Amino acid sequence: MSSESRRETAAKIRALLDTEGPNIEAQARDLNAGRVEATEAFAEYEALRSDARRIKEDAIERIPELVDTVREAVEARGGHVYLAEDAADANRYVQSVCEDVDAETLVKSKSMTTEELEVNDALVEAGVDPYETDLGEFVVQLADESPSHLVGPAMHRSREDIAALLNDHFDPDEPFESADEMTAFVRDYLGDRIREADVGMTGANFVAADSGTMALVTNEGNARKCAATPPVHVAVAGVEKLIPSVSDLEPFVALLSKAATGQAISQYVSVLSPPVDTPIPDFDGDEFRPADDRAFHLVLVDNGRMAMREDDDLRETLYCVRCGACSNSCANFQQVGGHAFGGETYTGGIATGWEAGVHGQDAAGEFNDLCTGCTRCVNACPVKIDIPWINTVVRDRINRGDDPGRFDALVDGLVPDEEPAGLDLQKRFFGNVHTVARVGSALAPVSNWLAASAPARAAMERVLGVDRRRDLPQFARESFVDWFDDRGGARVPEPGAARSAVVYPDTYTNYVSPERGKAAVRALEALDVHVRVPAVPGSGRAPLSQGMIATARSNAEHVHDALAPHLDAGRDVVVVEPSDLAMFASDYERLLPADAHERLADSSYEICEYVYGRLSNDADPGSLAALDGDVAYHSHCQQRTLDLEAHTVAVLETCGATVRTSDVECCGMAGSFGYKEQYYDLSVDVGAPLADDFATADRVVASGTSCADQLESLLDARAPHPIELIAP
Amino acid sequence: MTDPAIDHVDAFRASLEAAGVTHETVALGEATAAIERAVEEPTVGVPVHVDASLPASVDTEFSPSDLHAATTGVTPARLGVAALGSLLVPSGEHGDELVALYPERHVAVLAASDVVPDLDAATDWLQSEVDAGRDSYVFATGVSATADMGALVEGVHGPTNVHVVLVDDREATSGDDTTNA
Repeated sequence: MSSESRRETAAKIRALLDTEGPNIEAQARDLNAGRVEATEAFAEYEALRSDARRIKEDAIERIPELVDTVREAVEARGGHVYLAEDAADANRYVQSVCEDVDAETLVKSKSMTTEELEVNDALVEAGVDPYETDLGEFVVQLADESPSHLVGPAMHRSREDIAALLNDHFDPDEPFESADEMTAFVRDYLGDRIREADVGMTGANFVAADSGTMALVTNEGNARKCAATPPVHVAVAGVEKLIPSVSDLEPFVALLSKAATGQAISQYVSVLSPPVDTPIPDFDGDEFRPADDRAFHLVLVDNGRMAMREDDDLRETLYCVRCGACSNSCANFQQVGGHAFGGETYTGGIATGWEAGVHGQDAAGEFNDLCTGCTRCVNACPVKIDIPWINTVVRDRINRGDDPGRFDALVDGLVPDEEPAGLDLQKRFFGNVHTVARVGSALAPVSNWLAASAPARAAMERVLGVDRRRDLPQFARESFVDWFDDRGGARVPEPGAARSAVVYPDTYTNYVSPERGKAAVRALEALDVHVRVPAVPGSGRAPLSQGMIATARSNAEHVHDALAPHLDAGRDVVVVEPSDLAMFASDYERLLPADAHERLADSSYEICEYVYGRLSNDADPGSLAALDGDVAYHSHCQQRTLDLEAHTVAVLETCGATVRTSDVECCGMAGSFGYKEQYYDLSVDVGAPLADDFATADRVVASGTSCADQLESLLDARAPHPIELIAP
Repeated sequence: MTDPAIDHVDAFRASLEAAGVTHETVALGEATAAIERAVEEPTVGVPVHVDASLPASVDTEFSPSDLHAATTGVTPARLGVAALGSLLVPSGEHGDELVALYPERHVAVLAASDVVPDLDAATDWLQSEVDAGRDSYVFATGVSATADMGALVEGVHGPTNVHVVLVDDREATSGDDTTNA
């Protein structure tokens, strides 16, 4: 990305932060809180997620067979099934259905798949007027915009915006103001359209292949009307919507509304086997026509899906039920919405998979970098899709350009990564931050003076896109590993120690904040742990976050080689930086052989988790520092996803502190993200709620380095790691 | 011994209330009168699934314009889902789907013996209906709603208010205290 395009991105984001952002933020955070409440109170949640995942895995595997089954079932009922290869094919079929009945108007219920096909344009082209009947979609249609959210298409607009739009368009005698007035008007207006429509078009949330039964989930009731009123019903669904039978619906119906809006169930879940037996109301002729006159067409859409099914990394995208939970739980999405965090059709974290699959990689490249890999969406997804991984893979593919094998031997010799020559310099810089830090530390403090100089900052911004408003990390002169060697190594001998552990010297702890590592060593030794701090390479977190998977894999292999002898000797691995622990615990599953990953994951612990474990095994808390008073603690996104926030809270409390935590999803820094010129404003905006939350706190601690950097810059006070408080 | 069906009916009523749905529980003999009390004319209706007739004020021979003009629609509910307060309304040849959807008030008539505990039980029942060829239903929970206009509004494309006439037929179907268990 050039300096100029970084500035354009920054300007676009800044504009959205001021306009659509506040509307999105209020609703997305509200929906997210609803989801959390609904799912935490729901005992079967995890079991149903596993069921839903299993059903989807099986169904996607069996798509060709399910297509044949559903064709047989629907045709036996007198309906038609059309398998459309791509958008143009699907649109041609829909046009021909409309032409056959001389349709003048068509009413639609909400369907992202028809947005993907741009079926409305095709209808207009064929002389058919399409009307969106979901109120949010209707607003977006009137405004000629794209949906800003999978579930709430007009979420980016305030009530006042919508009133202005309706007043402008319909010019009522009394201008609309309240949501009640607008809803009543639009309901009547669309009611007329539905009663006179020649064709009703719906999507389908799920299609049970063996009976041709489809599930439609809405709160407004418009899908029911669109399916039952006009004499022709066209349902458009991606092939991934097929499930084997009606009995497979239960986990999805139970999960979908909770994940989407926090509702136990949506108002209307239609389970229809079209063509339905409901007589056709002919409002013009004022008579009911027999149900047998109703035509039904199921348009199943491929449009890239069958290729996604063959793609080991994109396949999971097809499990998506379009609930929007990944958007709602995403700190960046909450601030900018889908008009920045989205492609041609789809929005939010999962959009990268959809856009890459149905519209192509370039469509995903527009917004893919807004996923910071924080993983807050992972536990929010009702079908357990590894959304950050999909984002990483697509980023990697974009880095590699059109030729995945592109490799430049000369450049390869000059930089310490495994990436292609054309890789974006900003990504290459942040992906190689371990090397930058190693050199920077070796040359400190000169490197710090140089880097802080105005000409250097200007050059870094222009060439590398490092925003000059950010304070750069100050490299420490003596690294954590050197400090440990200089002090003479372990003070608790291995024989006779309660446990034996390696403290992993992550890049930041080693070169920028050795005090975190020193505190970890003191705390562990106080708890009778034999400690070692060997030199171990960077975990690969930084390159992975830039989509540099080959480099991350190489790092993972080196880390494993360095730690394996310690694992062989029965030593635990203790990690200070949560994002590095998440590498060992989760991401290495994708980067290392299964047995190597499992062994490292099973032996790795977050530092406070480890202290908690020692205290639970009768170690004396009196050997740690005594705390009193309040501590405001911000955990770390990946730490929360790993369910490790509680351990730190418990340890701080055991030491005597009164702990307050924040329920703000993310600090906004997300590793290198907040340093990037094009994302600096967004990063600061994301951090604002957290800064507000902690504005009056006397003592703030944070587990992640970048969280601490963000808090320090927003609060203008140091935010140490909790271990620094606990250590004696 | 607690009859689980009784617990379900109590839970169902609580769930209806949480979903903003009013209800009245009556004996079979009073069902017609309870429906009469619940409707606001003009009313259209379709045959219900309990052994009671619809009151004379309910138009069962309606035209599309009658449907459009009706204030109340009376339909059967084939199941009630206790955990959610959902009503399973058929979508069939009498036009139940339209009657439950178009008028601003929906009165559903449900036999207490048709209350099932949860979605799992309802899905099992639904699968058996599909297998038997009776295969189109809607789970309706509460009233039609939207937040798309900038604030939550009730009554969009579907009814603004919903009332359930719960017909207590359980003595006849679920075994009573006088039989030997």
